[in-house]
Amino acid sequence: MVRQSGKLSFIGLGLYDENGITLAGLDRIRSADVVFAEFYTSKLSEGALERLSAMTNKEIMALGREEVEDGTRILEEAKEKNVALLVAGDPMTATTHIDLRLRAHKESIDTEVIHGSSALTAVPGLLGLQHYKFGRTTTLPFPQEGYSPTSPYDMIMENLDRGLHTLVLLDIDAENSRYMSANEGFHLLQEMERRMGKGAAKDDSIVCVVARAGSPDCVVAAGPLSKLIAMDFGGPLHSIVIPGRLHFMEEESLGQWTNGKDG
Amino acid sequence: MGRKEDNIHKAQALMRQTKFIRNIGTAAHIDHGKTTLSDNLIAGSGMMSGDLAGKQLLLDFDEQEQARGITINAASASMVYDYKGQEYLINLIDTPGHVDFGGDVTRAMRAIDGVVILACAVEGVMPQTETVIRQAIKERVHPILFINKVDRLINELQVTPEQMQARLASIVNEVNEKIKKLLPPELKDKWALKVETGNVIFGSAYNNWAISVPYMKNTGINFKQVYEFCKNGDQKTLAKKAPLHEVLLEMVIIHLPNPDEAQKLRIPVIWHGDPESNFGKAMLNCDPEGPVAFMVTKIIVDAHAGEVAVGRLFSGKIRKGQELHIIGMPDPNRAQMVSLTVGADRIPVDELDAGNVVAVSGLKDAIAGSTVSSDPEMASFEKIVHYSDPVVTMAIEAKHTKDLPKLVDVLRTVAKADPSIQVEINQETGEHLMSGMGELHLEITQYRIVNEHKVEINTSQPIVVFRECVLGVGGPFEGKSPNKHNKFYIEVGPLSADIVQAMRSGVIDVEGKVKDSKAVARQLQDLGMDRDEARGIVAFHGTNMLLDMTKGIQYLHETMELIKEAYIEAMNRGPLANEKCMAVKVKLVDAKMHEDSIHRGPAQVIPAARSAIYGAMCLAGRTLYEPMQKVFINVPQDVMGDAIREVQQRRGVIEDMKQEGEMTIVASKCPVSEMFGFAASIRGATSGRALWSSENAGFEPMPKDPLDKAVLQIRQRKGLKPEPYDAAYYSS
Repeated sequence: MVRQSGKLSFIGLGLYDENGITLAGLDRIRSADVVFAEFYTSKLSEGALERLSAMTNKEIMALGREEVEDGTRILEEAKEKNVALLVAGDPMTATTHIDLRLRAHKESIDTEVIHGSSALTAVPGLLGLQHYKFGRTTTLPFPQEGYSPTSPYDMIMENLDRGLHTLVLLDIDAENSRYMSANEGFHLLQEMERRMGKGAAKDDSIVCVVARAGSPDCVVAAGPLSKLIAMDFGGPLHSIVIPGRLHFMEEESLGQWTNGKDG
Repeated sequence: MGRKEDNIHKAQALMRQTKFIRNIGTAAHIDHGKTTLSDNLIAGSGMMSGDLAGKQLLLDFDEQEQARGITINAASASMVYDYKGQEYLINLIDTPGHVDFGGDVTRAMRAIDGVVILACAVEGVMPQTETVIRQAIKERVHPILFINKVDRLINELQVTPEQMQARLASIVNEVNEKIKKLLPPELKDKWALKVETGNVIFGSAYNNWAISVPYMKNTGINFKQVYEFCKNGDQKTLAKKAPLHEVLLEMVIIHLPNPDEAQKLRIPVIWHGDPESNFGKAMLNCDPEGPVAFMVTKIIVDAHAGEVAVGRLFSGKIRKGQELHIIGMPDPNRAQMVSLTVGADRIPVDELDAGNVVAVSGLKDAIAGSTVSSDPEMASFEKIVHYSDPVVTMAIEAKHTKDLPKLVDVLRTVAKADPSIQVEINQETGEHLMSGMGELHLEITQYRIVNEHKVEINTSQPIVVFRECVLGVGGPFEGKSPNKHNKFYIEVGPLSADIVQAMRSGVIDVEGKVKDSKAVARQLQDLGMDRDEARGIVAFHGTNMLLDMTKGIQYLHETMELIKEAYIEAMNRGPLANEKCMAVKVKLVDAKMHEDSIHRGPAQVIPAARSAIYGAMCLAGRTLYEPMQKVFINVPQDVMGDAIREVQQRRGVIEDMKQEGEMTIVASKCPVSEMFGFAASIRGATSGRALWSSENAGFEPMPKDPLDKAVLQIRQRKGLKPEPYDAAYYSS
C-alpha cells in the first residue's frame, strides 16, 4: 500500500494542567494541521485546554469517547495531514489508543508517540514506593446496573499474596463530569470486602491516596483505611495505592504522610 | 318488598348452604345465544320482567355490548330458583364467544363448577364450541348441553320432523364425542351426555322455551307438538308450557354439582399444595370455617368502587374490613366492600361464605389470577393459562399534554383488568403501544379509555404484531466492543416447536430469573435438547433463551449480566425490523476480555454482545413470523365461489370444505394482516349470506415476497433506513 503523506502524533500532556507537556509535544502541536484532544481516559484542570490553545495558537477539538473509539474521523484526516491527538498523561497507557495506532499502521499512516509523565509513575514516586514492587494495576469502575465487578478486589488480593503494591485507578465519567474520589473508592472496596471477605480492605488495612499529582496543591496521605475514608482530599483526580510488604525505605517514606501532608 | 329485593334477601340466606348453591357459566361459539339464555334465566328467577327476556340482554350492560349485540365482559349474576319447594342460589357467569376475548372464558372457568354449552341447531358444533369444551374439562368443570335455535331449524331450513330429530341427535353425538375424548377415564361415563337423563335440552332462548326428555315425559309434550307450535308461529304457548328457565335451571340443579361436590374433584387439579394441610382439607370440604382461599378471575373497573376483584371463594369467609394477603405481594390489603352481583348491580353484604362467586373491592394488589388468602404462606392456585399471544397492536398517545400522566395510569389499569391486553409504556415519547387479541378487542379497549376513563387519545391504525426469527443455525459470529478490547462469539438457531410450546404454556417457567438451572436443564433435555446445551441455560426472554456454552473464562461471571442485557435488547428489537424475536436460541460459545474491569463495562460489553447476536442472526437467515387465523365460513352454494375468492385474495389457504344441507362450511387459514376489513368485504361479496368466524392459530413464517414488503413497511414506519444492516456491518 502507498505510504500516506499525513501523520498521526499521539501527544502526552503529562500531569494536571497545560504545563505538563514536553517541549517536543508543544512543538508538534504548533506544526500540526489538525489538533484533537480526548479527556475521557484522563483529565486536566479547568481551563487548561483553552490556555494550551492560546499558547500554541491552534484550535483544539475535544472528541468524545465514541468518536475516538470509532476512529474514522481521526484516521481520515491523518491520511494527508499532520494530525495531533492530545491525551492527558502518557498517551499509550490508555490501552484504547493502541487500537487506533494499529489501525493507522494498517492504513499506512505514520505514527509517532510523544510521551508525557503519568500517574503510573508519579503516584508511586510521590508516596516513596518503589515501582519494582508494584503488581498489576487495576481500576475501580462506578457501579452501574448489571455491572459491579469484584475483579479489582481479586487483583489487590493477588498482589498482596505476592507482597506487591497495587495502584488502584478511579473511574472517570467525563460525560457527566463525575470523577471518583478516593473516599468513594474506599467505600466500594469496603463493599467488596463484605462480599468477598478475604481481608484485602479491612478497616485497619494501610492504604494510600494521592490527589492531583503534578499540581501545586497535590495531597499525599497514608494510614488505616478507616481514617483515610473520612478525610477530604479536595478536587479530582485521585488515586489509591494498597501497599504490600514494605521495604524499610518505603516504610520510612510512608511515615511522612500519615497526616496527609502536601507533597 | 319488590321481587328483586326479595330475591336478594333470599340469596343472602342461601349462600351459607352449599348444598343449595350452583356456580355455573354459559359458553359457546359466538352468536349461539349465550347472553339471550342468561337473560332468560335471570328473568325467570324474577330479576327482570318475563316479556323482556330474550330481548333486553341484561348481562350485556356495557353500552358497547348492547350496540354490537355481543358479550365482551364475562359478566356475572346471582339468582334464586325454587325447585320442588327448595330454593337454590344459582351464581351465573356469562362469557364472551368472540375469539378476541377467549382469555376471559379461560379465566371464568376457574370460578364455576358446571357449564351449559350452547350449540346452535343450525350451525352445529363450531370451532369455539370445541375450544370451550376443552377449557371446561381442563378445569374439571362439568359440561351439559343446550341446543339452541331449534325454531330456526324448523322455520328457516324447513326440515321435516324426522330430519329435525336426526339433526339434533347428530349434534348431541358430536358434542359427546368431543367431551369423551378429553375426559379422564374415571369421568368418561359419569359426564357423558345422555338425552334420556335430561342433561341435554333443546329449545329457543329467543322465544323462551326448551324441552328435555324427562320434561317431555312428565308433561306429555312431545317433539311432534313442539314442531307444530313452531311451524304455526305459536311459540308463545310453547313458552308457557315449557318455559326455558324452568327446564334449564332444573337441569342445572339436578345434573351440575354443588360447590362441595365440585371442589372435591376440582381442588386436586387447580391447586397443587398439600391436600392434608389446613388449606387442602378446608378447600376439599368447601369449609366456611377454614382459612380464606379466594381465587381472583377478573378485575372489573367500576367508576364508584374502583377496582373490584371477582372470583371464587374456595374456603373460609370474607368479611368487610378483613385484612387479606395477595400471595406474592409484600403488604396485606383490606377488603373494603364484599358483594354479590346481580347484573350490573353489586349488592353489598357483610360477609360471604366459601363456595360462592364473590366480588371484593379494596384488593388493590390483586390481578386476574391472584391467590388471596388469610395466610401469607398459602400455596398459590395453579396459573390460569391462556395460550394466545397478542396479534394486533396500535400506538396510542394522549391528545392533550395534561393527560400524559393520567393515560399511563389508565393503560396500567386497563392491562390489569384485561390480562389479554399488553401495554408498553414509553415515558419518554409518550407514545405507548397497546396490543390485543384482535381488531375488535383493541377497538373496545380504545372505547373504554375514552368513555369510561375519560382520556382523549390519538391512535394509529391497528397493525399486526410480527415476530422475528431465524431460519437455520448461524455463527459463531464475533462481536467486538467499541474499544476493540473485548470479543464475544455467539451462535444462534431456532428452538424446536416442543420447547417453544413448553415455554408459552408455562410448563417451563420463563418468568424472572432462572432459579433452579439444574431442574430447567432436565426439562429441556426431556424435550429433546442436547445435554450440554441444556446445562448452559442462563436466561429466558419471551420464547427465546440464552445459553452459556463456555468453560472457565476469567471475568465472564461479572460480565454475564451485561451479556444478558444485550440479549434482552436484541430479543426485544430484532435485526430485521426491530420487532420482538421468538423461538431464538442464543449461545455464547467464547469470549475474550480485557484485563481491567474499566475497559469491559456496559458501554463496551453490551454493544459487543448485541452485535454478535445480530451478526449470527444474519448468518442464520432472518425472517418474520406473522399471526395466522383460522377462518370458518358457512355459506350457501350459489355464493360459495365469491366467499372463497375473498379468502384467496388475502393469501388464504382453503383447508377443508364440508357440505351440510344447503350450506357449505369452508375452513381456511389466513394471515391476520390480510384480515382487516374482511367483515365488510365478505358481506358485500355474498350479499350478507355468509356466516363466518375465526380463531387465532399461532405464528407462521412469511413467504419471501410479502416478507420483503412487510420489512420495508415496518422499517419506514419506524423511521429506520429501508435496508436492514448485514453481517458485515455487525462485524466492524
